[in-house]
Amino acid sequence: MALIELSAIERRFLLGDTTVNALAGLNLHIDSGEYVAVMGPSGSGKSTLLNLLGLLDRPNAGTYRLEGRDVTTLSPDEQATVRSTRIGFVFQSFHLVPRLTAAENIALPMMLAGIAPAERQRRVARALSDFGLDNRADHKPDQLSGGQRQRVAIARATIMQPALILADEPTGNLDRHTGEDVVNLLEALNGQGVTLIVVTHDPSLGARAGRQLVMEDGRLKSDSASA
Amino acid sequence: MRLTDTLRFARDAALGTPLRTALSVLAMSIGVAAVVILTALGDGARRYVVGQFSSIGTNLVIVLPGRSGTGGFNPANAITSTPRDLTIDDAASLRRLPTVRRVAPLAVGNSEIAYGGKLREAMVAGSTAEFIPIRNFVLAQGQALPEEDWNRGSSVVIIGAKIRDEIFGAESALGKLVRIGDRRLRVIGVLKPTGQGLGMNTDELVIVPVSLAQAMFNSNTLFRILVEANSREAIPGAKAQALDTLKQRHRGEEDVTVITQDAILATFDRLLGALTLGVAGIAAISLAVAGILVMNVMLVAVTQRTGEIGLLKALGASGRSIRLAFLAEAAMLSAVGALVGYLLGQLGAFGLRQAFPVFPAYPPDWAVIAGLSTALATGLLFGVMPARRAASLDPVQALMKH
Repeated sequence: MALIELSAIERRFLLGDTTVNALAGLNLHIDSGEYVAVMGPSGSGKSTLLNLLGLLDRPNAGTYRLEGRDVTTLSPDEQATVRSTRIGFVFQSFHLVPRLTAAENIALPMMLAGIAPAERQRRVARALSDFGLDNRADHKPDQLSGGQRQRVAIARATIMQPALILADEPTGNLDRHTGEDVVNLLEALNGQGVTLIVVTHDPSLGARAGRQLVMEDGRLKSDSASA
Repeated sequence: MRLTDTLRFARDAALGTPLRTALSVLAMSIGVAAVVILTALGDGARRYVVGQFSSIGTNLVIVLPGRSGTGGFNPANAITSTPRDLTIDDAASLRRLPTVRRVAPLAVGNSEIAYGGKLREAMVAGSTAEFIPIRNFVLAQGQALPEEDWNRGSSVVIIGAKIRDEIFGAESALGKLVRIGDRRLRVIGVLKPTGQGLGMNTDELVIVPVSLAQAMFNSNTLFRILVEANSREAIPGAKAQALDTLKQRHRGEEDVTVITQDAILATFDRLLGALTLGVAGIAAISLAVAGILVMNVMLVAVTQRTGEIGLLKALGASGRSIRLAFLAEAAMLSAVGALVGYLLGQLGAFGLRQAFPVFPAYPPDWAVIAGLSTALATGLLFGVMPARRAASLDPVQALMKH
C-alpha cells in the first residue's frame, strides 16, 4: 500500500529577487515499510523534500497524500496532529531540550499529545530499556555522549509509534562506530515495519537502504526502484 | 497538552534562565510593592488627619473670633474696624440653644508651672467643667473643674500626665498647691495620657477655670468657643443658631466665624483620598513598566528558544499549546512578582508603622486588589504578543536556528 504519494510537487523560494526552484515537478511513490535513502549534493532539494514529507513545509503546487489522505490542504493544527501521531523526526544535531532529562525528552511528544502521565511513564520506561538507556534516564543531554543523545532522539521519534520516520543526516555528528550503532537501531525499527526515510551525504549509508533516490536541482535524478 | 503539563513546562522554562526570570520578577514585585507602600502612606496620612480631627470631639461646632469670609459692605464694619471680642457671656448665651448639648469657652496662653523647686513651661487652657467631656478627655485621677459661675474661677487646676510626671515624679499630685504664673492653685485632677490632639499636646496641658485664665493673661477675649451639638443631624442647625445668636449679641455684626468639625473632616478626607488615588496612579505606571519588561523578557525567551519551538512543532505541538506555554510563563513571572511585591509592600508598611507608631500606614484593600490584578493583567497582556510570535514561527526556519 502506498504510504506516500507526491504528484507534481513544486516548491519555490524567493532569494532576493530571484526565484529558486527547490523542488520542481516532483512525483514520488513510497510504500509502507520501505527503507529509502535520499542523496544528492547540497542544494539539490533533499532537505526541502524531507520538510515537505514531515509537514513542516507546504508545497506551492501539487498534492501530497499520506496514507491516502491529502495532507496539503490541512490546517496547521491538523498537520500538527498528523506529525504527532504518524511522523517521527531524527535530526543531525539531535535537537534535545537541554533543560529536560533523557526521560523527559523521550516523553515530550506524549506530553504534547496530552497522554496521561501514568501511560507516559510506562512507555518511557520501556523505550529506555529498549534503547539501552536505563541508567541514563535522569541525565540531562549535556551529560550524555553523542551516541546516547541520538538514541534518546530516536526513542523520542518512535514513542508515539509513528508510521514514518524521517532522519536528516542521523550520523552526521557521530563518529563511525556510534554512527553504525544508530543506523542499526534505525534499521531494526524498519525491520518492525516502520517506513524509514534517511537523508544522507554518506554513500555507504545510502547503499544500505532498500531504495536510493538521488536528487539534483530539485528533481529526481535517479530512483533505484524504477531503474 | 494537559494543563498541569503546560504549567510544569512553563515553570521549568522559566527556571532554566534563573537570572532573567529573577530580574523580571523583581521588576514586577517593585511595581506592586510601590503601589502597596505608597497607598499605605497616602491612606495612612488620611487616617492620621481624620483621626486627629475626630479626637477633638464629636459633633463639634467651633466658634472663632473674627470673620474669615468677605461680606458685602456692612455699615457696622465702617464704624468698628476691629472685631469684637468673644466673651464668656457670649459662650454662656449659646448654652440656651435647643440644638446644643454642651458649651465650653476656651482661653489659651503660655505660662509656667512650679512645684517643689521644679519649674516647667506649660500651655494653659482656661475653660469650664464641660471642656473635658467635649474634648473626649479622660481623667486619670481626681475630679473635673467645679460647676460654678463661669465668671468666678476657683483656684484649682487639672494637669496633663506628662506635667504630673515631670513635676511630681513619684509623689501624689492631688491636693498639692502648685504655682502657675503668679497664682497658687490646688491640683484637683490629672488627665489620662492621650498623645496627640491637633497642635495641642494634652499631656503637657494644664486646665484652669476660664475666668482665672483670662485674669492670668489679662485679656477678656476667648480663643474659641467649643459647642457640642445634640447629634450629627443637629450640627447645621447648631451652627446657624450660634451664628445668629452671636450676631445679635454683637449688634448685628457678623464678626465671628463658625466652622464645623464635619466640614473640615470631609474636606481633608476628600483631599487626602484624592492624594492616595494620585499616588496609586503614579505607582501604577511602574506596574506598566514592569509589564513591558515582562514582555521584553518573553520576547527574548522566544528568540532564544526558537530552536526549541521549532522542535516542539515538529514533535506535533499545536500553535495553541505553544501559545499557552509562553502565556503561562509570562503569567507565572507576573504572579510570582506580584506576590513577592505584595509581601515586600506589607513588610514596608509594617516597617513604616514600626518607625512611626502614630502613623497608621495600612494599605487600603482596594489598592492591594487593584495592584495585584493590574500586575497579573499587564503580565498576561504583554505576554500575548510574544506567545503569538512563538506560535506563528515557521518550523523549518525555527529548526535551522537550533
